Amino acid sequence: MSLTRRTFLRGTAVAGAACAVAGLAEAEERKEKTLPPKAVGLLFDSTLCVGCKACVSACREANNLHPEFNNGNNLWDAPLDLSANSLTVIKAYSEGSAKNKDQEEDGFAFVKKSCLHCVDPSCVSVCPVSAMTKDPVTGIVSYNPNNCIGCRYCVAACPFGVPRFEYNKTIARLRKCEMCKQRQVAGKIPACAEVCPTGATLFGSESALRAEAERRHKLTVGERTFFPRKTVDSTDTYEKRAPRYNAQTYGLKEVGGTQVCYLAGVPFAKLGLPSLPEKSFVSTSERIQHTLYKGMMAPALLFGSLLFAVRRNAKADEKEDE
Amino acid sequence: MRDGVEQMIQQLNGEMPAGTERELGLSRRVFLQFCAGMAATLGLPAGAEAAIARSIVAKRRPSVIWLHLSECTGCTESMLISEHPAIDKLILELVSLDYHETLFAGAGKQAEAARKASMAANKGKYLLVVEGAVSTKDGGIYCKIGGRTATELLNECAKDAAAVIALGSCASWGGMPSAQPNPTGCTGVSEVWKGPVVNIPGCPPNPYNFLSTVVHYITFGRFPDLDNQGRPKFAYSRLIHENCERRPHFDNGRFAEEFGDFGHRSGWCLYRLGCKGPETYANCPAVLFGDAGGGCWPVGTGHPCIGCTERGIGFEKPIHSLAELKFVTSPAFYPHIVEEQGKGVSVAAAAVLAGGVGIAIGAAAAMAKNLGKGSKPENKPAPKSEDSPDGEE
Amino acid sequence: MSPKPVGGPYITGTTILAGLMVAIMAMLVLVRFFFGLGIVTNLNDGYSWGLWLAYDVVAGTAIGCGGYAIALVVYVLNKGHYHPLVRPAILASMFGYAIGGTSVLIDISRWWNFWHILWPTYFNLNSVMIEVALCISIYTTVLMLEFAPVVVEKVAGWTRQRGGNLHALTSTVEKVLDKTIFVLIALGMTLPTMHQSSLGTMLIPFGYFINPLWQTPLLPALYLLTALSIGYAIVMFEATLVSDRFSRPSEARILGLLSRYMTAVVALFLVIRFGDILYRGKLTYIFTSHGLSYAFLAEYLLSITGVILLLSERRRMAPRFQFIAALCILSGCVLYRIDSYLVAYHRAGWRYFPSAPEILITFGMIAVEVLGYILIVRHFPVLYSAERVNAQAPASE
Repeated sequence: MSLTRRTFLRGTAVAGAACAVAGLAEAEERKEKTLPPKAVGLLFDSTLCVGCKACVSACREANNLHPEFNNGNNLWDAPLDLSANSLTVIKAYSEGSAKNKDQEEDGFAFVKKSCLHCVDPSCVSVCPVSAMTKDPVTGIVSYNPNNCIGCRYCVAACPFGVPRFEYNKTIARLRKCEMCKQRQVAGKIPACAEVCPTGATLFGSESALRAEAERRHKLTVGERTFFPRKTVDSTDTYEKRAPRYNAQTYGLKEVGGTQVCYLAGVPFAKLGLPSLPEKSFVSTSERIQHTLYKGMMAPALLFGSLLFAVRRNAKADEKEDE
Repeated sequence: MRDGVEQMIQQLNGEMPAGTERELGLSRRVFLQFCAGMAATLGLPAGAEAAIARSIVAKRRPSVIWLHLSECTGCTESMLISEHPAIDKLILELVSLDYHETLFAGAGKQAEAARKASMAANKGKYLLVVEGAVSTKDGGIYCKIGGRTATELLNECAKDAAAVIALGSCASWGGMPSAQPNPTGCTGVSEVWKGPVVNIPGCPPNPYNFLSTVVHYITFGRFPDLDNQGRPKFAYSRLIHENCERRPHFDNGRFAEEFGDFGHRSGWCLYRLGCKGPETYANCPAVLFGDAGGGCWPVGTGHPCIGCTERGIGFEKPIHSLAELKFVTSPAFYPHIVEEQGKGVSVAAAAVLAGGVGIAIGAAAAMAKNLGKGSKPENKPAPKSEDSPDGEE
Repeated sequence: MSPKPVGGPYITGTTILAGLMVAIMAMLVLVRFFFGLGIVTNLNDGYSWGLWLAYDVVAGTAIGCGGYAIALVVYVLNKGHYHPLVRPAILASMFGYAIGGTSVLIDISRWWNFWHILWPTYFNLNSVMIEVALCISIYTTVLMLEFAPVVVEKVAGWTRQRGGNLHALTSTVEKVLDKTIFVLIALGMTLPTMHQSSLGTMLIPFGYFINPLWQTPLLPALYLLTALSIGYAIVMFEATLVSDRFSRPSEARILGLLSRYMTAVVALFLVIRFGDILYRGKLTYIFTSHGLSYAFLAEYLLSITGVILLLSERRRMAPRFQFIAALCILSGCVLYRIDSYLVAYHRAGWRYFPSAPEILITFGMIAVEVLGYILIVRHFPVLYSAERVNAQAPASE
């Protein structure tokens, strides 16, 4: 083989350098994002949810969305999943005889799907044109159609599959839950929390919601306690026996934390809430990019050396040609 | 129903003994309408109304002993104020009410003597109706009649009875007097008397459920089918929530939040106000209450159901605390956690792709075969693989 | 001896078929713009990126890396004898990138906002995609400028006969291009290094949606290596194809020498890929990923076969083995890119397979490349004569 060790090394120098930098990228620390100062959120307690879908109806009304027919007849609004037209849906887990609420075997449970308003949202990180933004104060993740080019990177990258696109429209846009920010501006709370009869969906400041989740975890099963409705600090409460909860609250740590947290009696994975690492995926991609492109130093260096090489070698070529 | 009644009136014209009208104090038409109504409440098949009419008229009126224990007499009251034609008369004429502390003309020792006489005369044949809970604490000193405790009275009367009916929630399992902390140790009839007991719970129970049960007994000599709590199935097998007139509001998530708010005034679902319909079995939405016309039952008037017919609900759960949903209806309308979505491979797509890739592989193979075979092939018009997914240029 | 137009008829069976494919594509593209993506594609919320992105853009731009790969050898490693391969490679690269860019325009739903990716006030510098989009846009322009001398040469030949001011202008342009082309060449190697690696980084936010055999922090390095592998493979494939189809003498000697760079890069890719899987402890996924196990093995074995075939000196110099090995590596690495974007991407409950019109549009895009390449090579001075190509090749390096 005429390929010498020397040529081999030289031939792969560029690739090798890139590998090395990408590998080193792990070392460079990107600061983990933290909750915004006045973060608001929702706490969804699956054990309190009775599946009445009041939230689904209210969401439709608050966001001017039309009913979705999926069950063969066109009589009942029955969205199958989140879509560009359904920003929240109630889904049911059922197993075996499905007789016992919040039980994994022979049981059933409900879960409310909507945007989790991540602390370190993938959609915001991946959007090339800043159409997805996270409010620096409230932490609400929202979408600006005026910026959007419709690349749907956010749709593909959201670890919870929240942003949804309109594929069948000429003038298409994306839709996702924006925690009824238009209502919040008017001093109201998100429509889903407003109408929830059991307080399964609770609105409030993220810190208060997390404290409430903590309180519920500390209750002994069967103990009589009060559950607030609408907002976490509401005086509208009712008495109920404490249910059995999973050991964890979902959303405290998943992909850097979410502002919509979940409590449930069946494993979260069964409710379509995957187990995720504590570090967000985009923190890795951002770390790599910001290492490689820090001040455009590396590309400038590469360009400079290539410029030098080309100038030298092209001249040599010319001479050779003559 | 009306046609059936007309037909039946024709049919029974000859059978009805002369003097029935006078005896019952109501017209033949009204009487037969009552019988048809009973049959309908019981869910009996066509023709049963005739049997009921015949038995009411022909059979000897059974003797009834009616005990009042720890209670408020609401059951009797609701029975008496029923607007249905001549219910009061029927209860008096239908049966031979030999002992009833509220309705009895006599009092004291005289009344007790009548009870004993009747019991002796109708040994093994009389019906025992118990209204009110049995107070058991401290030797039963909190409820005594004629110097006898409730337990003694019950056991004495039940011993020779043909059947025992526990009327009202108190008699059925303790009801209101047994509410926490239950200072007098009140409990249901079936806890004290171990023989068979028919429970007609409710606070008060619907008079028709009681009357229908009695009429069934008179007509067929046995009680209607009972559920595992001793309640007649015809009246207590339906979940209120499933038959409620306000159900559409629940299904659409429209809930009254406070008494008198917009939702409450608009007749929205009372679940959020603590309605126990979702965990209470009774026929209230179907037969209504108090004969005051349509919509007249607790939920119809705008008050959440308190679950009075359901042990462990009524008088145990706070009236305005949220009900547990017994079961969730229309599960078909809930999407699964993971829904199968998106389009898979179609025949057309597979064909196009396979065609393109096939041509590309074929052409490449053909070319590879010829390559390096000394002489170059001429520029022949053999098709090149334009649509190779490998992207030939 | 400078490159000359190949000449010959423009209308042949091949060009007619390619033209037909392009016409079908044009119609389908019109339908897509009038009625939205849903009517033409099977794209959905589970697979919002489909065939167009995975093949036309991600694999297509790698196929357009021939120019990049050759330029590295010629200008960085200073192997001037590969210079004759530069022009055809640049032409193919130009098509590869133009097609990629066009596909993006068809694929993005709100295409009227496309200019936002070039307008700094909209930039989100955290997004990997802004780097890729900007970089590809600039690089496509650079490729066109790099190819400009070919066009100018043709025009100059025409104006020379006319003389006068027109010729003065073209010769000025020619001179300016000649003096500045080295900047373009350097840019033309910097930019693909940036965006081809970033195409890999773009997958990292997908996290657990992508099978661990493909999802790794080393994606940018692996993507850069496949870009180079595909680049060399496409140059070899294309040169063999062109000599065969245009009945020109074989360029086997120079390609045989070039193939060593290809096998080195592919080998490096395969080693890093396997080592990374091993290091992350995901080896078992090779056997437990059901269909994906086969996909992994297929792409891995194809690439390895390509490398092994060219290990012997005899086969390395034989056009047939060059062609087969280049095809193996080409399909292996293209599969790697399609797999990582599409096949290894899984969302619970979602299915996707491109629709027939979607596939036809992709075929149409390939037809544009084939048609454009044939017409330009016949009309413009792109290809050197094989005698010249082989004459420059040293017996060994």
